[in-house]
Amino acid sequence: MLKHLSIIVVEQDTQRAHSIVDALRDIGLENIKVIQDPTGLARQVKAYNPDVVLIDVSNPSRDSLEELTIASDPMSRPVAMFVDTDTDGLAKAAIEAGVSAYVVDGLSAGRLRPVLDAAIARFNMFGRLRNELEQSKRALEDRKVIDRAKGLLMKARGVDEDAAYGLLRRAAMDQGRKVADVAHSLVTAADLLS
Amino acid sequence: MTQLSVGYVPLLDAAPLIIAQELGFAAEEGLDLDLRAAPSWSSVRDMLNFGAVDAAHMLSPVPIAASLGLGGHAVPMSAVSVLSANGTVIGVTNALAEKMRGAGYTFDFNDAAVAGRALIAASATPLRIGVPFPFSMHSELLIYWLNALGLPAPQNVDIKTVPPSLMGKAMRMGEIDAFCVGEPWGSLAVEQGLGTLLLAGASIWSFSPEKVLAMRSDWAEVNPALRNQLIRAVVRAGRWLSEPASLTVASEILARPSYLNVPADILDRGLTGQFVISPQGERRSQSSFVIFHGGATQYPWTSQAEWIALQLARRTGLDREQSQSAASSVFRGDLFRDALAGSGMDVPLEARKVEGGFAAPQDVDSGFGRLSLLPNQFFDRRIFNPNTSE
Repeated sequence: MLKHLSIIVVEQDTQRAHSIVDALRDIGLENIKVIQDPTGLARQVKAYNPDVVLIDVSNPSRDSLEELTIASDPMSRPVAMFVDTDTDGLAKAAIEAGVSAYVVDGLSAGRLRPVLDAAIARFNMFGRLRNELEQSKRALEDRKVIDRAKGLLMKARGVDEDAAYGLLRRAAMDQGRKVADVAHSLVTAADLLS
Repeated sequence: MTQLSVGYVPLLDAAPLIIAQELGFAAEEGLDLDLRAAPSWSSVRDMLNFGAVDAAHMLSPVPIAASLGLGGHAVPMSAVSVLSANGTVIGVTNALAEKMRGAGYTFDFNDAAVAGRALIAASATPLRIGVPFPFSMHSELLIYWLNALGLPAPQNVDIKTVPPSLMGKAMRMGEIDAFCVGEPWGSLAVEQGLGTLLLAGASIWSFSPEKVLAMRSDWAEVNPALRNQLIRAVVRAGRWLSEPASLTVASEILARPSYLNVPADILDRGLTGQFVISPQGERRSQSSFVIFHGGATQYPWTSQAEWIALQLARRTGLDREQSQSAASSVFRGDLFRDALAGSGMDVPLEARKVEGGFAAPQDVDSGFGRLSLLPNQFFDRRIFNPNTSE
Protein backbone atom coordinates (compact mmCIF):
# COMPACT_ATOMS: atom_id res chain seq x y z
CA MET A 1 0.00 0.00 0.00
CA LEU A 2 2.26 2.74 -1.27
CA LYS A 3 -0.23 5.49 -0.74
CA HIS A 4 0.15 5.24 3.03
CA LEU A 5 3.90 5.64 2.84
CA SER A 6 5.06 9.13 3.88
CA ILE A 7 8.10 10.54 2.16
CA ILE A 8 10.31 13.59 2.53
CA VAL A 9 12.32 14.75 -0.44
CA VAL A 10 15.21 17.07 0.48
CA GLU A 11 15.99 19.07 -2.63
CA GLN A 12 16.93 22.73 -2.94
CA ASP A 13 16.26 23.05 -6.66
CA THR A 14 12.53 23.65 -7.20
CA GLN A 15 12.40 22.14 -10.66
CA ARG A 16 14.19 19.00 -9.58
CA ALA A 17 11.99 18.71 -6.50
CA HIS A 18 8.84 18.91 -8.67
CA SER A 19 10.17 16.33 -11.03
CA ILE A 20 10.96 13.85 -8.22
CA VAL A 21 7.56 14.42 -6.63
CA ASP A 22 5.89 13.77 -10.00
CA ALA A 23 7.79 10.52 -10.40
CA LEU A 24 6.70 9.39 -6.92
CA ARG A 25 3.07 10.39 -7.55
CA ASP A 26 3.15 8.34 -10.74
CA ILE A 27 3.77 5.20 -8.74
CA GLY A 28 0.91 5.91 -6.37
CA LEU A 29 2.46 7.85 -3.49
CA GLU A 30 0.32 10.58 -2.01
CA ASN A 31 2.05 11.65 1.16
CA ILE A 32 5.09 13.57 -0.08
CA LYS A 33 6.72 16.60 1.49
CA VAL A 34 9.59 18.60 0.03
CA ILE A 35 12.17 20.33 2.24
CA GLN A 36 14.06 23.02 0.35
CA ASP A 37 15.88 24.83 3.16
CA PRO A 38 18.13 22.33 4.92
CA THR A 39 18.63 24.54 7.98
CA GLY A 40 17.81 22.41 11.02
CA LEU A 41 17.18 19.45 8.74
CA ALA A 42 17.14 16.82 11.48
CA ARG A 43 14.57 18.84 13.43
CA GLN A 44 12.38 19.31 10.35
CA VAL A 45 12.51 15.61 9.50
CA LYS A 46 11.76 14.60 13.07
CA ALA A 47 8.73 16.88 13.24
CA TYR A 48 7.26 15.25 10.14
CA ASN A 49 8.18 11.72 11.17
CA PRO A 50 8.26 10.17 7.69
CA ASP A 51 8.81 6.57 6.64
CA VAL A 52 11.39 7.49 4.03
CA VAL A 53 13.73 10.45 3.43
CA LEU A 54 15.26 10.88 -0.01
CA ILE A 55 18.25 13.22 -0.26
CA ASP A 56 20.78 14.06 -2.96
CA VAL A 57 24.12 12.41 -2.19
CA SER A 58 25.93 15.66 -3.01
CA ASN A 59 23.95 17.61 -0.39
CA PRO A 60 26.27 18.30 2.56
CA SER A 61 23.24 18.47 4.89
CA ARG A 62 22.96 14.72 4.54
CA ASP A 63 25.25 14.44 7.55
CA SER A 64 22.52 16.01 9.70
CA LEU A 65 20.35 12.95 9.07
CA GLU A 66 23.02 10.69 10.50
CA GLU A 67 22.19 11.88 14.00
CA LEU A 68 18.72 10.38 13.57
CA THR A 69 20.35 6.95 13.38
CA ILE A 70 20.83 7.12 17.15
CA ALA A 71 17.46 6.83 18.86
CA SER A 72 17.43 9.72 21.30
CA ASP A 73 14.37 8.64 23.27
CA PRO A 74 12.13 5.54 23.48
CA MET A 75 9.34 7.29 21.55
CA SER A 76 11.45 8.17 18.52
CA ARG A 77 11.67 5.86 15.54
CA PRO A 78 15.33 5.42 14.68
CA VAL A 79 16.14 6.06 11.06
CA ALA A 80 18.62 3.95 9.19
CA MET A 81 20.39 4.52 5.98
CA PHE A 82 18.87 2.11 3.51
CA VAL A 83 21.63 -0.46 3.24
CA ASP A 84 20.99 -2.98 6.00
CA THR A 85 17.99 -4.59 4.37
CA ASP A 86 19.51 -4.40 0.93
CA THR A 87 19.80 -7.70 -0.85
CA ASP A 88 20.25 -6.88 -4.50
CA GLY A 89 22.51 -3.85 -4.68
CA LEU A 90 19.62 -1.39 -4.71
CA ALA A 91 21.34 0.89 -2.20
CA LYS A 92 24.54 0.91 -4.23
CA ALA A 93 22.60 1.70 -7.42
CA ALA A 94 20.89 4.55 -5.58
CA ILE A 95 24.15 6.04 -4.31
CA GLU A 96 25.67 5.76 -7.76
CA ALA A 97 22.68 7.54 -9.23
CA GLY A 98 23.15 10.25 -6.61
CA VAL A 99 20.31 9.67 -4.16
CA SER A 100 20.53 8.29 -0.66
CA ALA A 101 17.55 6.97 1.23
CA TYR A 102 16.96 6.96 4.97
CA VAL A 103 14.17 4.71 6.16
CA VAL A 104 12.55 4.13 9.52
CA ASP A 105 13.35 0.94 11.28
CA GLY A 106 11.32 -2.00 10.12
CA LEU A 107 10.24 -0.75 6.72
CA SER A 108 10.45 -3.71 4.37
CA ALA A 109 12.65 -3.66 1.30
CA GLY A 110 9.66 -4.77 -0.80
CA ARG A 111 7.73 -1.60 -0.02
CA LEU A 112 10.74 0.59 -0.61
CA ARG A 113 11.77 -0.96 -3.89
CA PRO A 114 9.34 0.89 -6.22
CA VAL A 115 10.08 4.17 -4.45
CA LEU A 116 13.80 3.81 -4.91
CA ASP A 117 13.43 2.56 -8.47
CA ALA A 118 11.48 5.70 -9.32
CA ALA A 119 13.98 7.95 -7.53
CA ILE A 120 16.95 6.25 -9.17
CA ALA A 121 15.42 6.63 -12.63
CA ARG A 122 14.82 10.32 -12.00
CA PHE A 123 18.28 10.93 -10.57
CA ASN A 124 19.91 9.08 -13.46
CA MET A 125 18.08 11.39 -15.81
CA PHE A 126 19.37 14.42 -13.90
CA GLY A 127 22.88 12.98 -14.00
CA ARG A 128 22.67 12.72 -17.79
CA LEU A 129 21.29 16.24 -18.09
CA ARG A 130 24.05 17.56 -15.84
CA ASN A 131 26.70 15.85 -17.96
CA GLU A 132 25.21 17.22 -21.14
CA LEU A 133 25.07 20.68 -19.65
CA GLU A 134 28.70 20.49 -18.56
CA GLN A 135 29.73 19.26 -21.97
CA SER A 136 27.93 22.03 -23.80
CA LYS A 137 29.33 24.62 -21.38
CA ARG A 138 32.79 23.27 -21.99
CA ALA A 139 32.27 23.31 -25.76
CA LEU A 140 31.16 26.93 -25.57
CA GLU A 141 34.22 27.91 -23.54
CA ASP A 142 36.49 26.05 -25.94
CA ARG A 143 34.98 27.89 -28.87
CA LYS A 144 35.47 31.22 -27.16
CA VAL A 145 39.14 30.59 -26.43
CA ILE A 146 39.76 29.24 -29.96
CA ASP A 147 38.19 32.40 -31.39
CA ARG A 148 40.49 34.56 -29.26
CA ALA A 149 43.55 32.54 -30.28
CA LYS A 150 42.56 32.84 -33.95
CA GLY A 151 42.25 36.59 -33.52
CA LEU A 152 45.70 36.80 -31.95
CA LEU A 153 47.25 34.79 -34.79
CA MET A 154 45.47 36.80 -37.49
CA LYS A 155 46.88 40.00 -36.02
CA ALA A 156 50.39 38.72 -35.31
CA ARG A 157 50.93 36.81 -38.56
CA GLY A 158 48.69 38.78 -40.88
CA VAL A 159 46.73 35.72 -42.02
CA ASP A 160 43.02 35.12 -42.51
CA GLU A 161 40.77 33.18 -40.17
CA ASP A 162 41.04 29.84 -41.95
CA ALA A 163 44.83 30.03 -42.04
CA ALA A 164 44.89 30.95 -38.33
CA TYR A 165 42.79 27.92 -37.48
CA GLY A 166 45.07 25.78 -39.69
CA LEU A 167 48.09 26.94 -37.64
CA LEU A 168 46.35 26.02 -34.41
CA ARG A 169 45.32 22.63 -35.72
CA ARG A 170 48.79 21.80 -37.02
CA ALA A 171 50.37 22.76 -33.68
CA ALA A 172 47.82 20.58 -31.90
CA MET A 173 48.55 17.62 -34.13
CA ASP A 174 52.31 18.05 -33.79
CA GLN A 175 52.08 18.15 -30.00
CA GLY A 176 49.38 15.51 -29.66
CA ARG A 177 47.10 17.99 -27.89
CA LYS A 178 43.61 19.30 -28.43
CA VAL A 179 43.10 22.46 -30.48
CA ALA A 180 41.38 24.06 -27.48
CA ASP A 181 44.39 23.32 -25.25
CA VAL A 182 46.83 24.87 -27.70
CA ALA A 183 44.54 27.89 -28.02
CA HIS A 184 44.43 28.15 -24.25
CA SER A 185 48.23 28.18 -23.96
CA LEU A 186 48.47 30.85 -26.63
CA VAL A 187 45.89 33.08 -24.97
CA THR A 188 47.56 32.68 -21.56
CA ALA A 189 50.99 33.49 -23.02
CA ALA A 190 49.59 36.52 -24.86
CA ASP A 191 47.99 37.78 -21.64
CA LEU A 192 51.35 37.49 -19.87
CA LEU A 193 53.23 39.28 -22.66
CA SER A 194 50.78 42.13 -23.12
CA MET B 1 52.46 3.37 -11.08
CA THR B 2 49.39 1.95 -9.42
CA GLN B 3 46.36 4.15 -9.20
CA LEU B 4 44.62 4.25 -5.83
CA SER B 5 41.42 6.19 -5.25
CA VAL B 6 41.17 7.96 -1.91
CA GLY B 7 38.17 9.85 -0.56
CA TYR B 8 38.52 13.00 1.52
CA VAL B 9 36.58 15.96 2.84
CA PRO B 10 38.17 19.28 1.84
CA LEU B 11 39.61 20.34 5.19
CA LEU B 12 43.01 21.50 6.37
CA ASP B 13 43.76 18.10 7.87
CA ALA B 14 43.35 16.33 4.53
CA ALA B 15 46.84 17.80 3.95
CA PRO B 16 48.84 14.55 4.33
CA LEU B 17 46.92 12.96 1.43
CA ILE B 18 47.02 16.04 -0.80
CA ILE B 19 50.71 16.64 -0.11
CA ALA B 20 51.55 12.95 -0.63
CA GLN B 21 50.14 13.24 -4.15
CA GLU B 22 51.31 16.77 -5.03
CA LEU B 23 54.88 16.57 -3.73
CA GLY B 24 55.65 13.09 -4.96
CA PHE B 25 55.62 11.09 -1.70
CA ALA B 26 53.00 8.83 -3.29
CA ALA B 27 54.93 8.59 -6.57
CA GLU B 28 58.07 7.55 -4.61
CA GLU B 29 56.01 4.57 -3.49
CA GLY B 30 54.78 3.87 -7.01
CA LEU B 31 51.32 5.27 -6.27
CA ASP B 32 49.20 7.72 -8.20
CA LEU B 33 46.46 8.94 -5.86
CA ASP B 34 43.09 9.73 -7.38
CA LEU B 35 41.86 12.09 -4.64
CA ARG B 36 38.08 12.36 -4.59
CA ALA B 37 36.56 15.22 -2.61
CA ALA B 38 33.30 14.31 -0.88
CA PRO B 39 30.51 16.70 0.15
CA SER B 40 29.90 15.02 3.52
CA TRP B 41 31.28 12.45 5.95
CA SER B 42 28.43 10.05 5.27
CA SER B 43 29.39 10.28 1.64
CA VAL B 44 33.06 9.41 2.31
CA ARG B 45 31.93 6.48 4.43
CA ASP B 46 29.62 5.24 1.65
CA MET B 47 32.33 5.62 -0.98
CA LEU B 48 34.58 3.43 1.15
CA ASN B 49 31.78 0.96 1.99
CA PHE B 50 30.71 0.45 -1.61
CA GLY B 51 34.25 0.26 -2.92
CA ALA B 52 34.15 3.52 -4.88
CA VAL B 53 37.45 4.36 -3.13
CA ASP B 54 40.17 2.15 -1.65
CA ALA B 55 41.02 4.36 1.33
CA ALA B 56 39.72 7.50 2.98
CA HIS B 57 40.41 10.50 5.19
CA MET B 58 38.06 9.72 8.08
CA LEU B 59 36.93 11.09 11.43
CA SER B 60 38.65 8.84 13.98
CA PRO B 61 35.37 7.80 15.73
CA VAL B 62 33.66 6.65 12.50
CA PRO B 63 35.40 3.26 12.19
CA ILE B 64 34.95 2.78 15.96
CA ALA B 65 31.21 3.53 15.74
CA ALA B 66 30.96 1.04 12.87
CA SER B 67 32.62 -1.64 15.01
CA LEU B 68 30.00 -1.00 17.71
CA GLY B 69 27.13 -1.22 15.23
CA LEU B 70 26.28 2.47 15.63
CA GLY B 71 25.21 4.81 12.86
CA GLY B 72 23.67 2.41 10.42
CA HIS B 73 25.36 -0.06 8.21
CA ALA B 74 29.08 0.04 7.64
CA VAL B 75 31.49 -2.66 6.60
CA PRO B 76 34.39 -3.27 9.01
CA MET B 77 37.01 -0.58 8.64
CA SER B 78 40.61 -0.42 9.82
CA ALA B 79 42.45 2.74 10.80
CA VAL B 80 45.98 2.04 9.55
CA SER B 81 47.45 5.42 10.44
CA VAL B 82 46.46 8.57 12.29
CA LEU B 83 46.59 11.42 9.76
CA SER B 84 46.54 14.22 12.33
CA ALA B 85 46.15 14.98 16.02
CA ASN B 86 44.06 17.95 17.19
CA GLY B 87 42.94 20.59 14.70
CA THR B 88 39.41 21.50 15.81
CA VAL B 89 38.28 24.86 17.09
CA ILE B 90 35.30 25.95 19.17
CA GLY B 91 33.55 29.23 18.39
CA VAL B 92 30.54 31.13 19.68
CA THR B 93 28.13 33.64 18.16
CA ASN B 94 29.20 37.25 18.51
CA ALA B 95 26.16 37.90 20.70
CA LEU B 96 27.24 35.15 23.10
CA ALA B 97 30.83 36.41 22.96
CA GLU B 98 29.64 39.88 23.98
CA LYS B 99 27.72 38.43 26.90
CA MET B 100 30.79 36.47 28.03
CA ARG B 101 32.98 39.58 27.74
CA GLY B 102 30.40 41.50 29.74
CA ALA B 103 30.79 38.95 32.53
CA GLY B 104 34.54 39.54 32.57
CA TYR B 105 35.82 36.76 30.31
CA THR B 106 38.89 37.78 28.30
CA PHE B 107 39.01 35.18 25.50
CA ASP B 108 42.51 33.96 26.30
CA PHE B 109 42.11 31.04 23.84
CA ASN B 110 43.95 28.79 26.25
CA ASP B 111 42.33 27.80 29.53
CA ALA B 112 39.56 25.27 28.79
CA ALA B 113 38.16 25.28 32.33
CA VAL B 114 37.78 29.07 32.49
CA ALA B 115 36.40 29.22 28.95
CA GLY B 116 33.90 26.46 29.61
CA ARG B 117 32.63 28.01 32.83
CA ALA B 118 32.24 31.37 31.12
CA LEU B 119 30.32 29.71 28.27
CA ILE B 120 28.02 27.74 30.57
CA ALA B 121 27.32 30.82 32.68
CA ALA B 122 26.50 33.01 29.68
CA SER B 123 24.40 30.64 27.63
CA ALA B 124 20.67 30.17 27.67
CA THR B 125 19.76 26.57 28.46
CA PRO B 126 20.11 24.33 26.69
CA LEU B 127 23.28 25.36 24.95
CA ARG B 128 23.00 24.52 21.22
CA ILE B 129 26.27 23.47 19.61
CA GLY B 130 26.91 22.49 15.99
CA VAL B 131 29.30 19.66 15.15
CA PRO B 132 30.05 18.26 11.69
CA PHE B 133 29.09 14.66 12.43
CA PRO B 134 27.56 12.63 15.28
CA PHE B 135 30.65 10.40 15.39
CA SER B 136 33.51 12.85 15.58
CA MET B 137 36.28 13.94 17.93
CA HIS B 138 34.45 17.29 17.88
CA SER B 139 31.47 15.70 19.68
CA GLU B 140 33.69 13.68 22.01
CA LEU B 141 35.77 16.68 23.10
CA LEU B 142 32.68 18.85 23.68
CA ILE B 143 30.92 16.18 25.70
CA TYR B 144 34.03 15.41 27.74
CA TRP B 145 34.69 19.10 28.41
CA LEU B 146 31.14 20.09 29.42
CA ASN B 147 30.69 17.01 31.60
CA ALA B 148 33.95 17.67 33.41
CA LEU B 149 32.69 21.17 34.17
CA GLY B 150 29.43 19.89 35.63
CA LEU B 151 27.09 20.35 32.67
CA PRO B 152 25.65 16.89 31.96
CA ALA B 153 26.29 16.24 28.25
CA PRO B 154 24.89 15.21 25.89
CA GLN B 155 21.66 15.12 27.96
CA ASN B 156 21.49 18.80 28.91
CA VAL B 157 22.97 20.30 25.76
CA ASP B 158 21.65 20.26 22.25
CA ILE B 159 24.41 18.97 20.01
CA LYS B 160 23.32 19.26 16.38
CA THR B 161 24.94 18.00 13.24
CA VAL B 162 25.60 20.90 10.89
CA PRO B 163 27.79 20.62 7.78
CA PRO B 164 30.87 22.86 8.26
CA SER B 165 30.02 24.86 5.17
CA LEU B 166 26.65 25.75 6.71
CA MET B 167 27.89 26.45 10.26
CA GLY B 168 27.97 30.21 9.62
CA LYS B 169 24.46 30.17 8.19
CA ALA B 170 23.19 28.13 11.16
CA MET B 171 24.58 30.85 13.47
CA ARG B 172 22.97 33.60 11.43
CA MET B 173 19.62 31.80 11.44
CA GLY B 174 19.80 31.42 15.22
CA GLU B 175 19.96 27.61 15.00
CA ILE B 176 23.11 27.28 17.13
CA ASP B 177 24.95 29.27 19.81
CA ALA B 178 28.34 27.66 19.33
CA PHE B 179 30.22 25.25 17.08
CA CYS B 180 33.18 22.93 17.02
CA VAL B 181 34.70 22.51 13.54
CA GLY B 182 37.95 21.78 11.76
CA GLU B 183 39.87 24.52 9.99
CA PRO B 184 39.45 26.46 7.79
CA TRP B 185 35.79 26.72 8.86
CA GLY B 186 36.46 28.37 12.23
CA SER B 187 38.62 31.07 10.66
CA LEU B 188 36.13 31.53 7.84
CA ALA B 189 33.34 32.16 10.38
CA VAL B 190 35.52 34.88 11.94
CA GLU B 191 36.38 36.29 8.54
CA GLN B 192 32.69 36.52 7.61
CA GLY B 193 32.02 38.33 10.87
CA LEU B 194 29.79 35.52 12.14
CA GLY B 195 31.57 34.25 15.20
CA THR B 196 34.35 34.50 17.78
CA LEU B 197 36.76 31.66 18.47
CA LEU B 198 36.84 30.47 22.05
CA LEU B 199 39.20 27.53 22.26
CA ALA B 200 41.17 25.03 20.25
CA GLY B 201 40.27 21.37 20.77
CA ALA B 202 43.89 20.93 21.86
CA SER B 203 43.13 22.93 25.00
CA ILE B 204 40.67 20.23 26.09
CA TRP B 205 42.91 17.28 25.22
CA SER B 206 46.40 18.18 24.10
CA PHE B 207 46.81 15.08 21.94
CA SER B 208 43.59 13.70 20.47
CA PRO B 209 43.54 11.49 17.35
CA GLU B 210 41.50 13.57 14.91
CA LYS B 211 41.54 12.00 11.43
CA VAL B 212 42.66 8.54 10.41
CA LEU B 213 43.57 6.83 7.18
CA ALA B 214 40.77 4.27 6.89
CA MET B 215 40.48 1.21 4.67
CA ARG B 216 37.95 -1.58 4.43
CA SER B 217 39.40 -4.27 6.63
CA ASP B 218 39.10 -6.95 3.94
CA TRP B 219 40.79 -4.69 1.38
CA ALA B 220 43.65 -3.96 3.78
CA GLU B 221 44.05 -7.69 4.35
CA VAL B 222 44.30 -8.72 0.69
CA ASN B 223 46.38 -5.73 -0.49
CA PRO B 224 49.30 -5.65 1.94
CA ALA B 225 51.73 -4.09 -0.54
CA LEU B 226 49.43 -1.22 -1.54
CA ARG B 227 48.44 -0.72 2.07
CA ASN B 228 52.09 -0.37 3.12
CA GLN B 229 52.91 1.93 0.23
CA LEU B 230 50.03 4.26 1.07
CA ILE B 231 50.93 4.32 4.78
CA ARG B 232 54.55 5.23 4.01
CA ALA B 233 53.49 7.92 1.53
CA VAL B 234 51.21 9.69 4.04
CA VAL B 235 53.72 9.30 6.89
CA ARG B 236 56.40 11.01 4.79
CA ALA B 237 53.94 13.69 3.70
CA GLY B 238 53.09 14.25 7.38
CA ARG B 239 56.79 14.51 8.24
CA TRP B 240 57.24 17.13 5.52
CA LEU B 241 54.21 19.02 6.84
CA SER B 242 55.72 19.09 10.33
CA GLU B 243 58.66 21.21 9.08
CA PRO B 244 57.89 24.90 9.68
CA ALA B 245 59.63 25.74 6.40
CA SER B 246 57.04 23.69 4.49
CA LEU B 247 53.98 25.55 5.64
CA THR B 248 53.92 28.33 3.05
CA VAL B 249 54.12 25.85 0.19
CA ALA B 250 51.58 23.61 1.92
CA SER B 251 49.00 26.36 2.26
CA GLU B 252 49.50 27.42 -1.38
CA ILE B 253 48.84 23.87 -2.58
CA LEU B 254 45.85 23.29 -0.29
CA ALA B 255 44.36 26.65 -1.32
CA ARG B 256 43.95 25.59 -4.95
CA PRO B 257 40.40 25.51 -6.33
CA SER B 258 40.67 21.77 -6.93
CA TYR B 259 41.36 21.17 -3.22
CA LEU B 260 40.09 23.52 -0.48
CA ASN B 261 39.44 26.60 -2.63
CA VAL B 262 40.11 28.91 0.35
CA PRO B 263 42.68 31.77 0.44
CA ALA B 264 46.11 30.56 1.55
CA ASP B 265 46.40 33.16 4.31
CA ILE B 266 43.28 31.71 5.96
CA LEU B 267 44.83 28.23 5.83
CA ASP B 268 48.05 29.59 7.35
CA ARG B 269 46.18 30.32 10.57
CA GLY B 270 45.41 26.68 11.29
CA LEU B 271 48.77 25.42 10.00
CA THR B 272 50.75 27.81 12.23
CA GLY B 273 48.29 28.00 15.12
CA GLN B 274 48.29 31.81 14.84
CA PHE B 275 44.61 32.79 14.87
CA VAL B 276 42.53 35.86 14.42
CA ILE B 277 39.77 35.00 16.90
CA SER B 278 37.22 37.75 16.45
CA PRO B 279 35.83 40.09 13.80
CA GLN B 280 37.61 42.87 15.78
CA GLY B 281 40.92 41.24 14.81
CA GLU B 282 42.21 40.00 18.17
CA ARG B 283 45.10 37.55 17.78
CA ARG B 284 45.72 34.39 19.79
CA SER B 285 47.94 31.37 19.31
CA GLN B 286 47.92 27.66 20.08
CA SER B 287 51.23 25.96 19.38
CA SER B 288 49.90 22.42 19.03
CA PHE B 289 46.78 23.36 17.09
CA VAL B 290 47.23 20.58 14.53
CA ILE B 291 49.99 17.95 14.61
CA PHE B 292 50.91 15.81 11.60
CA HIS B 293 54.10 14.06 12.70
CA GLY B 294 56.54 13.57 15.55
CA GLY B 295 56.13 11.76 18.86
CA ALA B 296 54.50 8.80 17.08
CA THR B 297 51.57 11.02 16.07
CA GLN B 298 50.74 8.83 13.08
CA TYR B 299 50.82 5.56 15.02
CA PRO B 300 47.25 4.34 15.60
CA TRP B 301 47.16 3.44 19.30
CA THR B 302 44.68 0.82 20.47
CA SER B 303 44.24 2.89 23.62
CA GLN B 304 42.96 5.81 21.51
CA ALA B 305 40.37 3.52 19.91
CA GLU B 306 39.34 2.22 23.33
CA TRP B 307 38.99 5.72 24.76
CA ILE B 308 36.64 6.64 21.88
CA ALA B 309 34.68 3.38 22.24
CA LEU B 310 34.12 3.94 25.95
CA GLN B 311 32.89 7.49 25.38
CA LEU B 312 30.44 6.23 22.73
CA ALA B 313 29.33 3.34 24.95
CA ARG B 314 28.72 5.68 27.86
CA ARG B 315 26.27 7.89 26.00
CA THR B 316 24.52 5.22 23.93
CA GLY B 317 24.12 2.75 26.79
CA LEU B 318 26.21 0.00 25.22
CA ASP B 319 28.11 -2.49 27.35
CA ARG B 320 31.48 -0.94 28.23
CA GLU B 321 33.57 -4.10 28.24
CA GLN B 322 32.15 -5.38 24.95
CA SER B 323 32.58 -1.99 23.32
CA GLN B 324 36.20 -1.69 24.40
CA SER B 325 36.87 -5.17 23.12
CA ALA B 326 35.13 -4.56 19.76
CA ALA B 327 37.11 -1.36 19.21
CA SER B 328 40.46 -2.86 20.18
CA SER B 329 41.09 -4.31 16.72
CA VAL B 330 40.13 -1.21 14.70
CA PHE B 331 43.28 0.92 15.14
CA ARG B 332 45.98 -1.22 13.54
CA GLY B 333 49.33 -0.26 15.05
CA ASP B 334 50.61 -3.66 13.91
CA LEU B 335 49.96 -2.86 10.24
CA PHE B 336 51.52 0.58 10.68
CA ARG B 337 54.64 -1.02 12.19
CA ASP B 338 54.85 -3.50 9.27
CA ALA B 339 54.67 -0.67 6.76
CA LEU B 340 57.52 1.27 8.34
CA ALA B 341 59.82 -1.72 8.95
CA GLY B 342 63.08 -0.94 7.17
CA SER B 343 62.16 2.71 6.55
CA GLY B 344 64.50 3.98 9.25
CA MET B 345 61.60 5.52 11.15
CA ASP B 346 61.11 4.70 14.81
CA VAL B 347 57.80 3.11 15.80
CA PRO B 348 56.35 2.25 19.25
CA LEU B 349 56.45 -1.40 20.34
CA GLU B 350 53.33 -1.41 22.49
CA ALA B 351 49.76 -1.20 21.21
CA ARG B 352 48.47 0.78 24.18
CA LYS B 353 49.55 3.68 26.28
CA VAL B 354 48.07 5.64 29.13
CA GLU B 355 46.16 8.57 27.58
CA GLY B 356 46.64 11.83 29.43
CA GLY B 357 48.80 12.57 32.42
CA PHE B 358 51.92 14.19 31.02
CA ALA B 359 52.58 17.80 30.14
CA ALA B 360 56.14 17.26 28.89
CA PRO B 361 57.43 14.80 26.26
CA GLN B 362 57.70 11.28 27.61
CA ASP B 363 59.92 8.41 26.46
CA VAL B 364 58.23 5.31 25.08
CA ASP B 365 59.43 1.80 24.16
CA SER B 366 60.24 1.81 20.46
CA GLY B 367 62.13 -0.08 17.78
CA PHE B 368 65.24 2.10 17.98
CA GLY B 369 64.70 3.33 21.51
CA ARG B 370 64.79 6.98 20.64
CA LEU B 371 61.16 7.92 20.54
CA SER B 372 59.35 10.21 22.92
CA LEU B 373 55.67 11.03 22.94
CA LEU B 374 54.33 14.56 22.69
CA PRO B 375 52.59 16.04 25.73
CA ASN B 376 49.26 14.29 26.27
CA GLN B 377 47.01 15.88 28.85
CA PHE B 378 43.30 16.33 29.47
CA PHE B 379 42.44 19.81 30.75
CA ASP B 380 41.00 18.33 33.95
CA ARG B 381 44.18 16.23 34.51
CA ARG B 382 42.30 12.93 34.37
CA ILE B 383 44.03 9.95 32.82
CA PHE B 384 42.74 6.97 30.87
CA ASN B 385 44.54 3.74 31.62
CA PRO B 386 43.23 1.17 29.10
CA ASN B 387 44.43 -1.74 31.23
CA THR B 388 42.55 -0.76 34.35
CA SER B 389 39.60 1.12 32.85
CA GLU B 390 36.71 1.00 35.23
